[in-house]
Amino acid sequence: MGVNRREFLKIAGAASLFGLGGKTAIEILAPGKVEASMEALPLTGGERWAMVVDMHKMDDALMDKCIEACHREHNVPDLGNPKEEVKWLWKEDYHHSFPGQHHQYIGDHFKHTNFLLMCNHCTNPPCCRVCPTQATFQRKDGIVMMDMHRCIGCRFCMAACPFGARSFNWGDPYRVTRVEELKKLNPGFPTNREYPTRSKGVVEKCTFCTERLAKGLLPACVEVANKVEEGAMIFGDLADPESEVRQVLKETYTIRRKPELGTEPNLFFIV
Amino acid sequence: MYDGGKIIVGLIVCLAFLLSPFIYNAGTTAKAPVPELTEKAKEAKECVESTTYMRAWHMQLLDQWRHEVVRDAKRTYRPSRKARDMRLDQQVIDQWRHAVSDGTRRYMPKSDKVFEKSLQNTCLDCHSNKSKFCDECHDYMGIDPYCWDCHIEPEEKK
Repeated sequence: MGVNRREFLKIAGAASLFGLGGKTAIEILAPGKVEASMEALPLTGGERWAMVVDMHKMDDALMDKCIEACHREHNVPDLGNPKEEVKWLWKEDYHHSFPGQHHQYIGDHFKHTNFLLMCNHCTNPPCCRVCPTQATFQRKDGIVMMDMHRCIGCRFCMAACPFGARSFNWGDPYRVTRVEELKKLNPGFPTNREYPTRSKGVVEKCTFCTERLAKGLLPACVEVANKVEEGAMIFGDLADPESEVRQVLKETYTIRRKPELGTEPNLFFIV
Repeated sequence: MYDGGKIIVGLIVCLAFLLSPFIYNAGTTAKAPVPELTEKAKEAKECVESTTYMRAWHMQLLDQWRHEVVRDAKRTYRPSRKARDMRLDQQVIDQWRHAVSDGTRRYMPKSDKVFEKSLQNTCLDCHSNKSKFCDECHDYMGIDPYCWDCHIEPEEKK
């Protein structure tokens, strides 16, 4: 009865070899699909969503249109005060978007070009790691999501996010319907009656339009951008080697914000 | 008894003062409100689950929905089959209570109908009279759910 030391080592060795071999084989046959295929997500078909912004096709007017579409879709109020600003999608110049890639000889036209920024939906999101209630978490398809029902407003996630992608609700967003000067900035708030607003004391950010993905629609900003300039924004699944984003990333040189931090942003820019 | 008159008068005044709210409100008991149905709700005949179930457990159902939609991206709901035909005695309700607290509803056969799990877009689409359908009962029970801090109420004709 029993297994002696020699036999145990043999079995353990063989088993671990088999285990490694199994995973490697899958990795070769279907790259990137190992983790993703473990649990398929219903409705949203993607396994690792990502976005590419082509800065050659973007200008300030188009970015403003994207921002407006997003903020209307998600009932994001304009509070007219940078200290209280709530933003899902915003513009920032090169100098501030890519601080590590800046040098003194860079031309002014490039230094002050605005980039369209949003949550990077990092593969390794620091915000999710610090959230004490798991109100912010990573979905199976890679989207970093907010559960407003759980958010306690501690703002750890805002401190953890190196990209400033998160906004805190310092007050009730409905005050834009009560305060006279804010009424003018937010005509018809809430603009989308099919999407909830937020309440005082929660953190919010871009969700890659999960509610639209569930209906098979592209994110609002992508839809608007591509209506004006075909291919200005590309949205797709990094786990699918045939997807447009994978092709673009293979063919074109792209940059990401602060890649040295190791959060693996899934928002790419063609410059 | 020393000062008996004063004490008795004092006691009567004190009792009258203590009982005054009861005397004041006597006969004006508020009747338990009955949720009013809109034409659309009447036409649909049944909700996502039976009336008895919804009356007792809509809060658990909504709680389950919000969890599944936000966290698991499961946005559609298939109701229990023939829930309206089931005999809703205490035993069934107990089973439901158990299943809900369990987080599963596995024993219930599912129908082919599919609903979007959404308070704002599904529930309030039929029950667009929130003030009569939701608020009256919630007020009567003295509860104040915070759903409406974020989820937008339907616009009601006054």
